[in-house]
Amino acid sequence: MSSVSTTSAADIAIKVDGLSKSFGGREVVHDLSMQVKRGSIYGFLGPNGSGKTTTIRMLCGLLTPDAGEGTCLGYDIRRDADKIKRLVGYMTQRFSLYQDLSVRENLEFVARLYGMRDARGAARDMIRRIGLSGREEQLAGELSGGWKQRLALGACTLPNPQLLLLDEPTAGVDPKARRDFWNEIHALAAEGLTVLVSTHYMDEAERCHEIAYIAYGHLLAHGTVDEVIAKSALSTYTVSGDDLNGLAAELAGKPGIDMVAPFGTSLHVSGRDKSALETTIAPYRDKRGWRWEDSEPSLEDVFIDLMNRSKDNFQ
Amino acid sequence: MSVTDAASQNRGVTEPAFGFWRRSFAMLVKEFIQLRRDRVSFAMIVMIPVMQLLLFGYAINTTPRHLPTAVLIQEDSDLARSVLKALENTKYFRFTREVHSVAEFDDLLQSGKVLFGVEIPRGFERAVRRGDRPALLVAADATDPVAAGSALGTLGAVVQTALAHDLHIGDPPAMPFEIRAHARYNPAAESRLNIVPGLVGTILTMTMLIFTALSVTREIERGTMESLLSMPIRPVEVMFGKIIPYVIVGFIQASLIVGIGTLLFGVPILGSVALLAALTTLFITTNLSIGYTFSTIVQNQLQAMQMSMMFFLPSILLSGFMFPFAGMPVWAQYLGEGLPLTHYIRIVRAIMLKGAAPSNLQYDTIALIVLMLVAMTIAVTRFRRTLD
Repeated sequence: MSSVSTTSAADIAIKVDGLSKSFGGREVVHDLSMQVKRGSIYGFLGPNGSGKTTTIRMLCGLLTPDAGEGTCLGYDIRRDADKIKRLVGYMTQRFSLYQDLSVRENLEFVARLYGMRDARGAARDMIRRIGLSGREEQLAGELSGGWKQRLALGACTLPNPQLLLLDEPTAGVDPKARRDFWNEIHALAAEGLTVLVSTHYMDEAERCHEIAYIAYGHLLAHGTVDEVIAKSALSTYTVSGDDLNGLAAELAGKPGIDMVAPFGTSLHVSGRDKSALETTIAPYRDKRGWRWEDSEPSLEDVFIDLMNRSKDNFQ
Repeated sequence: MSVTDAASQNRGVTEPAFGFWRRSFAMLVKEFIQLRRDRVSFAMIVMIPVMQLLLFGYAINTTPRHLPTAVLIQEDSDLARSVLKALENTKYFRFTREVHSVAEFDDLLQSGKVLFGVEIPRGFERAVRRGDRPALLVAADATDPVAAGSALGTLGAVVQTALAHDLHIGDPPAMPFEIRAHARYNPAAESRLNIVPGLVGTILTMTMLIFTALSVTREIERGTMESLLSMPIRPVEVMFGKIIPYVIVGFIQASLIVGIGTLLFGVPILGSVALLAALTTLFITTNLSIGYTFSTIVQNQLQAMQMSMMFFLPSILLSGFMFPFAGMPVWAQYLGEGLPLTHYIRIVRAIMLKGAAPSNLQYDTIALIVLMLVAMTIAVTRFRRTLD
């Protein structure tokens, strides 16, 4: 992230330092610091319960941090929550618009809350933009998952925010809708909007300009996808051939082997200590028609390795 | 044997022994655990019966005594003092105020500050001695027939008592003077005249409380609170947005009850309809504010309902709706003063049955405003602006 630290303050949408938050004595977010550049799409990755939602909620003033400080669009996240709320669109993980209001009524409600002059007109334009024309009068609760997600995105972009916080926006949405959604996000970013999006999907992570990986409340890695992979110092061999399950069972737990994971018809064998890894796999390299290939670890390999390591450290 | 084994061998699923009881028991255990976690519900299980029983068992008194009474003494004589003493000895009357004019006397009755007024006329003792059989006026606020009835029933005996005390009067005729009871406002002692106006307040209390008591918890339970809080809206705005629609609903309800009351039950509206409408709106808003306050305190809709009931029952029983307010012990009266229904019942009875003017209702109007502002302040400070 050395490139980020040289950019000027005006180019930074989010800057937080040492954020911590506990619930009932359990620390959900620990000493988290990060920066998000304006106009970028920032991916927030991590397993369930890693503190992603809590972090997002602290950024938009829904939760008060126990420790740490930061700014969101130049406003203090502790003191200026009201101002931040005017400039930020937050899409919650669970659909949180009114199920018993129609598409149009929900959007008009949001437009009025933000004090937009022509709430009806703004709602009408947004319905067209998100492709819900013809469904204006349908109750939000009756929409399918994909439509609900579009409506939710429409509602949080309606007041022309400068920053979008999207909490697992594509969970439970089909691949086509997911692709459309990401195209829309890229279009919004191109218009200058900053987007912070949390996700589980590796393909989505790869569509982000920068990513951060968080597990057990700790920020473990951040940067571009290439930077994160490079910094992991993980060596991976891709094995193809027969009886990969047998090989996986034999290799698991051996010295130098930190992770064995099947990927489709091949097997990824990874280790942090390349020489130890190579010593262990040497006897297998020429056996039984397996083909070994020295390859780059995938983002998923890196994340799972980070998660395994963090489990050792923090649990 | 595992379930999958059984299934694969196609032997069918066997019903475990006592399956019905096991499953019922499992459910029962779960319910108890949930109940134990729900502290408020748990407290209510004990609080509702014990508190309400103690409260009402001691507070309710259908033959109320020591009722506030004003005296207008236009003659200071031994006989007058004996009569007053005799009235006080019945235990039904408690002289709380001494007035000096008939206007003052009427005003106290109309505003409900006293339930009785005793007037001892000028030249009373002399008239008795002359054998003129003068009349001594006891005016009663009979809007609540229960409160006034027993007290008025004892008046006949008072004459004898007073005379026994004042033996020096000599050889009096059988009845040397007369006590003329004047049951004002509801001379025929029709209880519906008293109950219908009270019902306006009681019904409004119940419906208004529940409308708003559920409003915030509903947002939380449906998950909509999260996006609502992420948008730029302030607690006061949420509160007004949630209260105002129901002011209109409450006003329609009130009009219906009052309309039916006058058309079907023949209850008059002697006072100003505009004044009644204005103060009813105030009462509706006060109840909505209290319901909304509950909503910001409780954690789920069940608790909201329970809290509303906790408030509603004392409102019925301690407000003077069901039992005479003046007959309750002092501590119960203090509790009653904290309930909006107590004040509204005074207001609505005074306007409908006594034709009261705004000046008669100042105290109760101010009390309603204070209760409303207190509720709103608590609600706004209690409203959680974050999900912490």
